[in-house]
Parts: sequence; C-alpha cells; structure tokens
Amino acid sequence: MTAPATAPSSSLGGQLAAPRSWRVPIVLAVVAVLSLIWFVVFGKDDPTRFTWSDPGDVLYLDPTPANPRVLGIVLGVLSLAAAAASFRWAWRRRPVPVWLSLIVGIAFLVSLVAWVGAGGQITVESLLTSTVSLSTAIVLGALAGVIGERVGVVNIAIEAQLLGGAFTAAVVATTTHSYELALVAAMITGAAISAVLAWFAITFLVDQVVVGVVLIALVTAITNFFYQQVLADNSAQFNDPGTLPRLAIPGLADIPVIGPVLFDQRLTVYLMFLLVPFVWFMLYKTRWGLRVRALGEHPLAADTVGIKVNRSRFWTVTLAGLIAGLGGASLTIGYAGAFVQEMSAGKGFIALAAVILGRWNPWYAALAALLFGFATSFRIWAGGAGAAIPSDLIAMTPYLVTIIAVALVAGRVVAPKASGKPYIKS
Amino acid sequence: MKLELRGITKRFGSLVANDGIDLVVESGQIHALLGENGAGKSTLMNVLFGLYQPDEGEILLDDVPRRFRGPGEAMAAGIGMVHQHFMLIPVFTVAENVMLGHEPTRAGGVLDLPAARRLVREISERFGFDLDPDARVEDLPVGVQQRVEIVKALSRDARVLVLDEPTAVLTPQETDELMETMRRLAGSGTSIVFITHKLREVKAVADTITVIRLGRVVGEAPPTASTAELATMMVGRDVELTVHKDPPRLGAEAFVVDGLTLFGAGGVRLLDDLSFSVRGGEVLAVAGVQGNGQTELAEVIVGLRSKASGSIRLDGEELLGRSVRHVLAAGVGFVPEDRKADGLVAEFSLAENIMLDRSYGPPFAHWYGIDFRARDAVAERAVEDFDIRTQGIGAPVGRLSGGNQQKVVIARELERDLKLLLASQPTRGVDVGSIEFIHERIVEVRDSGVPVLIISTELDEVMALADRIAVMYRGAIIDIVPADTPRERLGQLMAGVVA
Repeated sequence: MTAPATAPSSSLGGQLAAPRSWRVPIVLAVVAVLSLIWFVVFGKDDPTRFTWSDPGDVLYLDPTPANPRVLGIVLGVLSLAAAAASFRWAWRRRPVPVWLSLIVGIAFLVSLVAWVGAGGQITVESLLTSTVSLSTAIVLGALAGVIGERVGVVNIAIEAQLLGGAFTAAVVATTTHSYELALVAAMITGAAISAVLAWFAITFLVDQVVVGVVLIALVTAITNFFYQQVLADNSAQFNDPGTLPRLAIPGLADIPVIGPVLFDQRLTVYLMFLLVPFVWFMLYKTRWGLRVRALGEHPLAADTVGIKVNRSRFWTVTLAGLIAGLGGASLTIGYAGAFVQEMSAGKGFIALAAVILGRWNPWYAALAALLFGFATSFRIWAGGAGAAIPSDLIAMTPYLVTIIAVALVAGRVVAPKASGKPYIKS
Repeated sequence: MKLELRGITKRFGSLVANDGIDLVVESGQIHALLGENGAGKSTLMNVLFGLYQPDEGEILLDDVPRRFRGPGEAMAAGIGMVHQHFMLIPVFTVAENVMLGHEPTRAGGVLDLPAARRLVREISERFGFDLDPDARVEDLPVGVQQRVEIVKALSRDARVLVLDEPTAVLTPQETDELMETMRRLAGSGTSIVFITHKLREVKAVADTITVIRLGRVVGEAPPTASTAELATMMVGRDVELTVHKDPPRLGAEAFVVDGLTLFGAGGVRLLDDLSFSVRGGEVLAVAGVQGNGQTELAEVIVGLRSKASGSIRLDGEELLGRSVRHVLAAGVGFVPEDRKADGLVAEFSLAENIMLDRSYGPPFAHWYGIDFRARDAVAERAVEDFDIRTQGIGAPVGRLSGGNQQKVVIARELERDLKLLLASQPTRGVDVGSIEFIHERIVEVRDSGVPVLIISTELDEVMALADRIAVMYRGAIIDIVPADTPRERLGQLMAGVVA
C-alpha cells in the first residue's frame, strides 16, 4: 500500500495543481517594458500630427497633434496594465484572452508610428487604406488556404493561384472590356490550378508540397513567357485593363477615416469583406462545413458515415481555388491596373503563414493577413517619412511583432489532424 | 433483421483473410464471432460494412442479396457498426459526431443543431446513457465515447449492429453495462454481431457462438459450451491459460520509484505521485484500463519523456532525467507496447533489428563499423532459442507474423544482461502459442533474480504473471494488491473504486 487511498479526488486535485503557463504574460510584459524604454527613454518630443481627413471632405476633422513621448508613456502604461491583467489570468490557470495581446500589439504599433513620424504628419486614412489594398490578395489567399487545410489538403500553390488569377484578370479585362468576365475568368483560373493540385495529391498521392511548388514554378514560367512574348509589346491590346471603379457607399463613405477605408473601395475589397464571414459561416454552421472539418480531422471516420472522402476533398479544394483566383484579380484590376511579371511576389506564402498564425480560422487568418498588409504599408510610408534611422531597420519592426505574435499562439495551435495526409483506401 | 453471409472470401495479395465464411444471424439475437487476433473477424465485418469488397460470396439481409459499395450503402440498408478504434472526431461535440453524414438541416444546408441535440437526448434516454450532446468527444472517457458510437449507429435506424472488440478499452464494470445494453437492444429486435476474443464475455451474453480461425469458420457452439472447449476451437489445440511458476525468491528492493509525477500539455497530470518498488526475483504487474497513464509510466522510466519529477532508482542509481541510451545501458530491458511503431523497424532485417539497441558498441560494432559476423551469430541464436519462424535472419522483420515479431523484440531485450525487465503489453496481438512461450521467458527472467515490471491491460495476463498487482487509475496507483486478489476487486480498482 504505497498510494494514498483517495486516487479519484487526488487526480482532481492534480488538475488544480497543474503548473501555470507564464509564456503569454511574460512576452506581453517584455513588449510593454521594451516599448516604454524605446518610446519614452529614447522618445522624441517633436509633435506628430495625426491627420484624419482631407480638407475637401464633407466631414472635416482637425489633425490631432501628439507628443510621441507622451503618447509612448500613455500607451506603454496601458500595455503594462494589460500585461499585469494577463498575469492574473495565468495565475488562475486560465488562457489569456486574445484581446489582451491585441491591446499590447496595437499600442506598440501606434507608438511606433508616432515615433517614426515625429515632427511630421501621419495620414491615418491613407496608411489604413493602403493596408486594406495590400492585404486583399493575402486575405483571399488565406481563406482558400484555410478551407484547403480544413478539408485535409495543404494548398501550397496559393501563390500560383494568385499569379494565374492576376494574369487572366488583366488579359480578359483588356480584351473583353468587361470586369465581370475578368473576375469570373480569374476565379476559374484559380480553381483550375487548385484542381490540378488536388488531382495529383489525391489521385496520384504525390506529395502535396512537391506538387504545390512545381505548380508555382509552372505558373510563373507560363505567365512570364506570355508576358514577354505578348503582353510587353502589345500592352494596349492585352495588358491595359485599368482598375475596377471605386464604389463609394453613399453616406457611409463620408465618415472620416472609416469611410474611405471601409466604404469607398473596389468590388474586390468588398468581396473580401463579405467572404471572411461567409467562409466562417459555411465552415461552422452548415452541413458542408461540418463534413469539410470532419474530412480534415479523421477521414476514415467520415468514410464510415458514408462521406466520399476523396471526391469531397477534390471539389472542396477546387472551389476554394475560386477565392484564391479572386485574390489574384485583386492584384491587377483591383489595384495595380496592369499585369507585371511575378507580381504575386510571395503573397501566396504570406497567406499560408496567415493560415497558421490565424489558427485555421477565417477570422483570425484575415486578421493575420491584415497585419502582414500593414507591415508592407508601414514600410512604404516609413520610407517616405524620412525617419532618422534607416527605414529598412524600422521596416523590420512589424515583422518582429509578427514573430512575437507567432510565439504567443504557437504551441496552442491545433492543426486539423489529417491536413496534408492523403486518404488511401484498401 | 436477419443477416446472412454466404461463402465470403477476401484476399489481400497472397493472404486469404476470409476463406468461404458462412454466418447466419437471426433477428434479435446476439451472435458472438469468436476468434484470436488476426483470425479474420474484423476483415469480415469490414466486408459487411462495405469498407472492403468481397472477392467471392454474398450478403443477404432478410434473405435479399445485397451489395454495398461503401459504408453509406451499408448504413442505408440498416447495418450499424461500432469500430474497435472509434470512428469519432475528437474535436467535435457528441451531437456533431452523431449527425455527421445525415445532418438535419434548415434551408440552404444550415445545420439544425437543436434537432441533433434532441436526437441524441432521445436515443440516449431510451438506453439510460445520459449523454451531454454538447460535450466534446475528446473530453469523454472511452466508455462514454463508445456509447456515442452506439447512439450514432442507432440514430440511423441500425437493425444489425456490429460491435468490433467493444470491451478492449472498458473496465469490467463498463463491460457489464455494455452487455446490459446489448441485451436491451436485442430485446427490441436489433440483431447484434459481437466480435471478441474474450471467452468469458461470449459465454455471458451470446445466444449463438461462431468460432473462426485463420479466416475459416471452425464451428458453432451454444453459450453453454465450456471455456476450455471454446478455447480449443479458437486455437486449434488444448491450451494452458496459466503459467507455471514457483513462489518468488525475493531479493533486495532493486527498482524504486518515488513520487513520480508527470505533466502533459495544458497542465494535465499524466502521472500522479507514483511510488512503488520491485524486488529482485519479483514480478510487479501494472493493471488498469488503457489510457490511465501506463504508457506514460513506461516512457518516463525509459527516458522518453522529460518534464517528470520525483525519482526512479535502479540499484541505487538515479535514472530519471538520464538519456534513453544511458537507461538501457544501465540494464533496463524495454518491450514497448506497440512493436510496429516503437519496437521494430519493419523494413529492416531480423539481424538488423536484433542489434538496434546496441548499434553503437560491442558486441555489434567496432569503432569503424558493424561486426556483421557477431551480429548474425546473435541473430541466429535468437531464432533458435526463441523458435522464431522466419525465412532467414536477412528477411525483413515486417513479413513475420505478430507473434514472431514480438519474439524478436523480446529476444533483443533479453540478450543484454538485465537489471530490470520492463515489458509493456508483452503479448498484445500475439497467438496463444507465442503467449505461452513469452510468459515462460518472463518467468525465467524473474527466477534469475531480476526485477520485472509488466504493464498490461489484459487482466488474464496480469493475473497469470504477477507476484503483486499495482492498479493504475487516472495516472495514479490507486492500490497495490496481492496476486490472488479476486477479479471483481481488481475490476473495481480499475474503475477507481477504492473502498
């Protein structure tokens, strides 16, 4: 008799006495302290003017001048408070809520923007508008990635779907003068590339990463070939699509900051706004979504209740390709106004990172994609703001934030169990 | 519904898994399909369920020939199946699992969760199951998960219910409850096919027994047949179910575990303050339902898990926190519970597998490479001593039968000079002849004065080998009892009942 005779209750006590996880609070505290040191001790006193609207706007808000050091103190203290609150959560052995981490992250980014823009002005509206524009393709690609992984297929070829969609949209829009046809053609291109990936991965059991990488190389080569042989010399005939018109929603578009960012955008951006909740709803509230998630977790179990595993996987991945193709269109007719060689420029891979950072959830993945978009937008702006230290150095910081964000969620992330694993039936 | 299988034959390459099997299950009957592991029971049921296509033969439901191209068609025809490895999605709720594949929906394919909850409640109330439709399946004990599987089958109006080795993961008490459920189901007209290799359960619940061996039906028997008769049919010869062993000649307390605690992800206590000791010449068997910390205990002892606290001493030397190589070199022989995953490299030859644990040094390797002659000599001796049936020591070990594979693992571990033998599920999936042989070897090790720690979920094995029995429940040793403790008492302990 070595064990106590109270095993059941003692194992309940075991749950209570489990070690506390301090990772999130510690990371938050470190970020808060670092930002206090950076933005206060090395702070600047030249006021930064945050401008909210253009002089010609219906509703005009005066610019807000702010002392970056004072702002740094305020936001730093706020971050410290959030970190302290997170310690309380950890002490009670509860997971620290995401919004606490969000507070610290956003406070850090705002302080950073004010610090870089010291002595100048920050057009909040344009910073955010360009964030949305630069994020659109990433968000849409990430949505396709989320659906793919949820059903059990890792869609490495998002990059190829973006590039293919961008190319088709530009060419079809120029030749037919129809943006509607261009969008449809881009979506079909994305779906077709996805279908090839799904076909090789599911029917021939080729490693999904290998097929994906090969597809990216293939689509890059094809678009480069046509660009050089046809588009470059005949751009008026084939590569002059222009951009989709901005559709201002009457009334709402006049709200300062929010209006231009959310309600004065192109069709591709509105579709992105609609698709995020739509994909979430489809995945979590419908029969289709339940089956998709089942296939990504335990395909054999799905098979035993009569769901056709490989057929469903094929069609789900193919349909998700429609969304990635739309993302491609957002690069050309939704933003740049013409196709340029290799213009997806790694956005497909960033989208994959957003899928994982966003824990395979459409909302979080979209948030992660926006963070990446902001990083790009910030770099462009910081380059123009003429900060004292090299802008490339400052441009690194958003990625630093990203790495910290990954560190915060990593380990707690549970991927769909069967993602990337082919289903082989005996 | 009456189920009839006629001349079912299923081949996998050259292996004939089912050879002309005939089976008739009358309506409202509990029909036991008895056979050893690997006899072809599960293959037969997968054929019935449409997961495999038979090469020959036909399936009749109420005398109408049917052909199922997939599980969907089998279920539509009224066949339900509770698989040995549950077909549940761990991250889904009970209701989501039950409705998957035949979801109640509103317009536009939107899930009707309230309807699914109602369905779960209604069916589970009918059988006194008390299931929470919103509980996540991974949070439920296995016994409850099995009920989810049964509710899942019944929610599709299954009139033939196949239970594939349903008791393997249950405590004796849960097993009794399952049998009660089976009787109730049969009473309401459901035909039940109960697949098992446990004789006692068959006798307790079956109306008819069909015994299969090596893919063929060897006979039918009424439940009144004696255990010995059934066992003989099952294995084809008279078997001795107990091991001969002399009273232990106890040595010093050689292996001492003190206050061993292990935390898993999310702060779950996987091992909860374990303290026990094993003396030289003694077998301590750890009993318990699968998943109560036995796997983790073995892994911690061998050094596969970090983040454990407490102490593990062998002959006074602390082993906790040391590397696996150090632990093995200290004289621990380890038979892992899953030989395919952890015990052997299937593509390697028998000889290569024999040297895996000491690939880096004597007697198998010099500083410049492998001593093939020494390796082959050891392998040849193992084949001889352990009666391993193989085409040769160069053949891939994956081609051997389960029993012979296990003998390779045991031979490798006993080849070293042991100071402790730790064997986890030493005879899982092994034929009866090999079980006997392996048990004798384990007793030999004990009689040579080495402490032996056996971890097994098979109560028969525990009772046959143990000098003392430690029962694990939820990561803790809830009691250590003498080997002659009655089965019922052990069952209570395995269910966490202490008093």
